[in-house]
Amino acid sequence: MVGITSYGAYIPRYRIDRGRIYKAMGWLNPATYMPGEKAVANFDEDSVSMGVAAGIDCLTGMDRKEIDALFFATTTSPYKERQSAGIIATAFDLRPDIRTADFTDSVKTGTTALLSAYDAVKAGSAKNVIVCAADCRVGKAGSSQEEIFGDGAASIMIGDSGVIASLEGSYSVSYDFVDHWRADGEIFDHQWEDRFIRDIGYNRFIIEAISGLAKKCKLDVKDIAKVAYPCLYAGDHKGIGKKLGLDPAQVQDPMLNNVGYTGTSNPLMLLVGALEDAKAGDNIVVVSFGNGSDALLFKVTDEIEKVKGNRRGIKKHLAAKRELTSYEKMISFRNLIPVEKGIRGEVIPPTALSELWRSRRQVLGLCGSKCKVCGTPQYPVQKICVKPDCGAIDQMEDYLFADKRGHLFTYTGDMLAFSMNPPAIYGIVDFEGGGRYWFDMTDVDQESVKVDMPVEMSFRKKYIDAKSGIHGYFWKAIPVIG
Amino acid sequence: MADGIKDKVAIIGMGCTKFGERWEMGSEDLMVEAFQEAIEDAGIEKKDIQAAWFGSCFDDVNVGKAATPLSLALKLPFLPVTRVENFCATGSEALRGAAYAVASGAYDICLALGVEKLKDTGYGGLPEMSSAMGTKNRLIFPGITAPGGFAMMATRYFAKYGISPEEGKKILAKVSIKSHKNGVKNPKAHLRREITEEQVLKAPMIAWPLGLFDCCGVSDGSAAAIVCRADMAKNFRPDPVRIKAMQIAISSGEEMMYTDWDGTYVETATRCAARAYKEAGIKNPREEVSMMEVHDCFSITELVTYEDLQISPRGKAGDDVRDGFFDLDGKIPCQPDGGLKCFGHPIGATGLRMMYEVYKQLQGKAGERQIKDPKIGLTHNMGGFPAMNLISVSIAGL
Repeated sequence: MVGITSYGAYIPRYRIDRGRIYKAMGWLNPATYMPGEKAVANFDEDSVSMGVAAGIDCLTGMDRKEIDALFFATTTSPYKERQSAGIIATAFDLRPDIRTADFTDSVKTGTTALLSAYDAVKAGSAKNVIVCAADCRVGKAGSSQEEIFGDGAASIMIGDSGVIASLEGSYSVSYDFVDHWRADGEIFDHQWEDRFIRDIGYNRFIIEAISGLAKKCKLDVKDIAKVAYPCLYAGDHKGIGKKLGLDPAQVQDPMLNNVGYTGTSNPLMLLVGALEDAKAGDNIVVVSFGNGSDALLFKVTDEIEKVKGNRRGIKKHLAAKRELTSYEKMISFRNLIPVEKGIRGEVIPPTALSELWRSRRQVLGLCGSKCKVCGTPQYPVQKICVKPDCGAIDQMEDYLFADKRGHLFTYTGDMLAFSMNPPAIYGIVDFEGGGRYWFDMTDVDQESVKVDMPVEMSFRKKYIDAKSGIHGYFWKAIPVIG
Repeated sequence: MADGIKDKVAIIGMGCTKFGERWEMGSEDLMVEAFQEAIEDAGIEKKDIQAAWFGSCFDDVNVGKAATPLSLALKLPFLPVTRVENFCATGSEALRGAAYAVASGAYDICLALGVEKLKDTGYGGLPEMSSAMGTKNRLIFPGITAPGGFAMMATRYFAKYGISPEEGKKILAKVSIKSHKNGVKNPKAHLRREITEEQVLKAPMIAWPLGLFDCCGVSDGSAAAIVCRADMAKNFRPDPVRIKAMQIAISSGEEMMYTDWDGTYVETATRCAARAYKEAGIKNPREEVSMMEVHDCFSITELVTYEDLQISPRGKAGDDVRDGFFDLDGKIPCQPDGGLKCFGHPIGATGLRMMYEVYKQLQGKAGERQIKDPKIGLTHNMGGFPAMNLISVSIAGL
């Protein structure tokens, strides 16, 4: 049996009330009004960092050394040439003898990556494949995309043992359907008129894919516990269900009201949402949209009980929210308006990529060392043990800090350092099990940060060196989620 | 058996420029200004100097690397010149190099000179330091600044001793108010006006809990010393100042990477002070030290330093501050010249500027801020952050 063996998700902590966006820009296009709120990636988040966060959730209790492939799906890669999956695999500290690939250029590819993972495991070329999908798409000021697009990520592990939902079948359609597009080097999507997207796009391809799947798998739609499919338009999302003869209870909430349309990761996030409420025997159909559609049928097994409740998934991330009270902050986070960083803020020292290469596990994986003589964990990797009465030389073994919690030894909120979300809060973390180091903090404000507060580590974008085209990633301390 | 540096070296001349925003003066001009005062004070000529130590830190906004900027500016006649850099203790390191060279017997007369031009960055505070930390740290250090690095010690100090931020800021305010009061009396200081508690407490936050007046100024400046063999010092002047101790201590990494350090004191300062007192033969610092110039880059640094130097008991420095123990008319006046608080902190010069005040006070030439009959003066110069740093403690007496 091949199918899902684990799942995880990530929703950035910041949510903005769409009323704020409309208040700022609604004057331009009054028809863009939309209810609800959407998730907004912090200034130091992007698709890669959110993909890592969802993947870490998915990896809970899983053996990272047993993973044979990592596929990452996104339409918002930080790099045109430097594989995001490779960055993510290093952040997870996976083995080097694995297969990594990015699935990109269409918001459909989250499910395509899932199918490829399934094919690999089914064919025996991999035992466990982790799929991460994330998107962080932006809309022009005053556009409906600006209101509807939300940020988020999901991760699904595909394997052949401990399967919690087996893949029973799939049906795909592929069309060069150009409802929206973004050329190389562009930041914003172009979009054809809504009526075209609704009537020829969502209403036709999603129904075609689901009908094709049902026919192929000899499945009566009445026997499906949950159908998870995306749609930009809340009204048409309902309408598609109706056309398919689905009871509203069978339709997975598309999260348009509380997260927004999250592009590539959307179908996978909906799938995670469906799995959180699933029970053994349930049929779950997940469908994507974008230049066609993939529809996948999963059957939930008894094993689901071992995973349920052990992931943050959608529910706990939805609950861990902070309101973003400024539209201007939202667009500044995405670099959509030039902001005054001051000369200090403009200083970007060079990145030595040969340094990054030899320190990649320490930097991207937050892997330190542990002294085999005295047992002291230490970061970064030391050759000579830092414990004063030990000092053993070259007696270190690898020690992962990324998955350790800690408490905040001390902190400050710095107004002199440039931060896109001032003050720049940083502090020293004492890790559970030993080890201490200083880190930037994020997703926290001056009022809530306290000495001794519990923290965990989060993979974030540390800097962008636009002149050299380098996105620097590292780990920051955050308040423990949930 | 090595017996230290006590009484082997004397300072026979010192110079110190006016510190401040010296927009019209380059580093070379500042060096010449400090040097001229020093050799005139020593009553020597350039040709009497046998070797020199040159301190400068942020070379990209200062004079560049190597020792040539000093040699070129002063037109030193092909002398051996060494450039030193050890973060914010760079000035003290220049003096230490020159003093140890004399103590070794290699030379009779040496020059130590430090300079920094901080006002050529275009922004406030010290130069952005992420590129000064090495290729690996650049990838993993937080976006830390000097005030932030020291603010973390205040956070920890308040937490350990159960001091509310409001209460803590009031104690720290007193430290700054005292230094400003002294700075008014010093024509070479950058900031020369008194401040009130209300001003301090209402000032903009720089790095919580440190506000603007908890932070020292940012200035240009240069200072210099002429040192010679102690046994020949009186040939130059009747009141040479003898070096009693000159110690430095550098972090081993355990404060930052091991979990024993509690963050409310500076480990290196504690160890360095103990070593310096031993070298100088000081048994009871609170009774024997007459005056101090400590590294008050931030008010919290000065507060914690009182304890690290064994002047105040741990956790009790606030009591001494409230009692006026460190005021100009107190038991051990601290920062009689105004400190970094009023001088600012041109890094290469600071350690030498501290010794300049000790030298003048011991000679009774400190004008309206003169302390009554000081015997032993101490400088404490710190580089880096409390969690990872270096400390210099020097002691001098007549």
